[in-house]
Amino acid sequence: MGASVRNFLLEGLFRKPLTEPAPGASEAAAQELAQAVDRAARRRLGRSLSIRQVDAGSCNGCELEIHALNNAFYDLERLGLHFVASPRHADVLLVTGPVTKNMREALERTYNATPNPKWVVALGDCAFDGGVFADSYAVAGGVSAVVPVDLHIRGCPPTPTQILEGLLALLESQETQPVTVSR
Amino acid sequence: MEQRFMSSRTLVSAQDWQAAARSCAAGDKTLVALWGEIGFVHMALCAPDGSRTELISCACPDGTFPSVARIHTPADRLERAITDLCGLRPDAGHDARAWLDHGRWGVSHPLGARGPAAAQVFYEFLPVQGESLHQIPVGPVHAGIIEPGHFRFTAQGETVVRLEQRLGYVHKGIESLMAGADIARGAQIAARISGDSTVAYGWAFASAVEHALRLDVPPRARYLRALMAEMERVANHLGDIGAICNDGAFALMLAHCGVLRERVLRTAAACFGHRMMQGCIVPGGVATGLDAQGTAAIRGLVKEIGEAFPDLIDLYDNTASLQDRTVGTGALRPDLAARFGAGGVVGRASGRAVDVRRTPGYAPYESLKFEVPVRAEGDVNARVWVRILEVEQSLSLIGQILDALPAGKIRVDVPPVKKECEGFAVIEGFRGDVFVWLRIGADGTILRCHPRDPSWFQWPLLENVIKDNIVADFPLCNKSFNCSYSGHDL
Ligand code: SF4
Repeated sequence: MGASVRNFLLEGLFRKPLTEPAPGASEAAAQELAQAVDRAARRRLGRSLSIRQVDAGSCNGCELEIHALNNAFYDLERLGLHFVASPRHADVLLVTGPVTKNMREALERTYNATPNPKWVVALGDCAFDGGVFADSYAVAGGVSAVVPVDLHIRGCPPTPTQILEGLLALLESQETQPVTVSR
Repeated sequence: MEQRFMSSRTLVSAQDWQAAARSCAAGDKTLVALWGEIGFVHMALCAPDGSRTELISCACPDGTFPSVARIHTPADRLERAITDLCGLRPDAGHDARAWLDHGRWGVSHPLGARGPAAAQVFYEFLPVQGESLHQIPVGPVHAGIIEPGHFRFTAQGETVVRLEQRLGYVHKGIESLMAGADIARGAQIAARISGDSTVAYGWAFASAVEHALRLDVPPRARYLRALMAEMERVANHLGDIGAICNDGAFALMLAHCGVLRERVLRTAAACFGHRMMQGCIVPGGVATGLDAQGTAAIRGLVKEIGEAFPDLIDLYDNTASLQDRTVGTGALRPDLAARFGAGGVVGRASGRAVDVRRTPGYAPYESLKFEVPVRAEGDVNARVWVRILEVEQSLSLIGQILDALPAGKIRVDVPPVKKECEGFAVIEGFRGDVFVWLRIGADGTILRCHPRDPSWFQWPLLENVIKDNIVADFPLCNKSFNCSYSGHDL
């Protein structure tokens, strides 16, 4: 019983691509975008892009949508984009939330632990300018108030499609140079 | 009536305040919330079954209040937060360490008489003594895509002897932002207290406003609120079931649950305009209606999940390697769950049969049929099972709501505020009971708002259940609790 159910589910998962059927334009857009990210990532980086996520004070809404990038619809890993556990392995820091004063030092330390070249992507309206929390005594501001930011992805939270669009913009931008830290 | 929470706040003597604390310690009452403001501390308590919520207040003209934590330990962190935020001190607090204030705000007591910043003191973890112990500090930045917090493990070999948490890293000053905000901005902030519970917080905040203003909400709006709340519960439980199994090294469940969760979010976006339905519940009703197309989409969603889910349950139940990780792991004792008033799945998996949709109950749930699944074992497996059974109940509720959806308006205007008033509400979110209390001034601005996340009473229990488990089982225990950092840190 267990084995047959498992076989059924394994087949279900791997035989039929979950990105289809595509009922709406959004799914088609996600698919197209995913392919574009793939091409761009490979062209610029040759192989893959390692992303380290840092919650610097988020409400956790942004994290939920970052998680969604790993589901079978978006399946970020197949594009060579993957999340890593340590900043020392990362090319990109994906930072969410208004930066709280209680997280400021942890963000700075994570940034400093990330080897050059590196990019910082500020994800969500809070990461842009503090969002609804901007005026608080407990908030330092958006991410750029604490570390240099290469790209903002707006939204509250941005949808997985918007996040993919943002990563694409980062990769495609000819102007974007890896951040150099001057000490 | 939308609300059955009509009891009002009573000012009591220090003796009666302590008597209330003793009734919590004796198990005759359950502590719901404890918070402060200049000159006063407030306490919400209810009967052990979740009914008869009452609010009491105690004056503290000299800045001290009779400690509840000394009598009833679940109040410990709440009292430390009161001291950090309001500057009020318990007369005999047994833990004088700051909790939310890490000495970095540039100000002290932001909700009280503000003073210069507290000194950045070295945080002393509790001393541990014994043979061949070692400590493992984890966080605030964790390896996965999760919220920040610090865990200090003391282990003997592989076995955890003690876990001590340090939280407060995502403290955003939400209560200060609420003070002085108008109702519309208050609702925006409430929707962002904990992103996964944006519907529950939106509903609790709106209900508290409506309670304060004695405002009745149209029947259709009540049903749509419940519809959104059940969709939120299904989405989160699916995410949690998948994530727990993934931490048990069984990624297949995560893949399948992730697909179903995504379907819920896409349906929510198509029907209500936001994947997590953020901002869809507003004081006075709901912001967006539901048309025939939306109804059909949600019925299709229920059908799809209803068809896929039994196979997933079989898969969970028949995967021995997974059961080996979840059965008997991280067991929470029922007496502790009751003493801490642990809400949600954490409480119900340890025999605490409390669900505020049922008792005290609120519209439209009294017109709907549903069960409140309870298990006694309290382990990771029990918490998975309660989630599974709750998904089934929520799918049934969604069907019933669509069948019975009344016609009519979805929103009434919030009338102008004429005099100072107070209100509160308790709403069953996916994580447990979300409590919101507020006071609105005569000019319509919020004077004070206190949202209390169920995590306040669950986090300390996580410290308890990991004891004597191996370090490698912590992610499993942690995920099966899935406490909120943002909702707790505020
Ligand atoms: S942008 Fe929105 S979802 Fe993201 S952390 Fe801020 S409030 Fe939460």
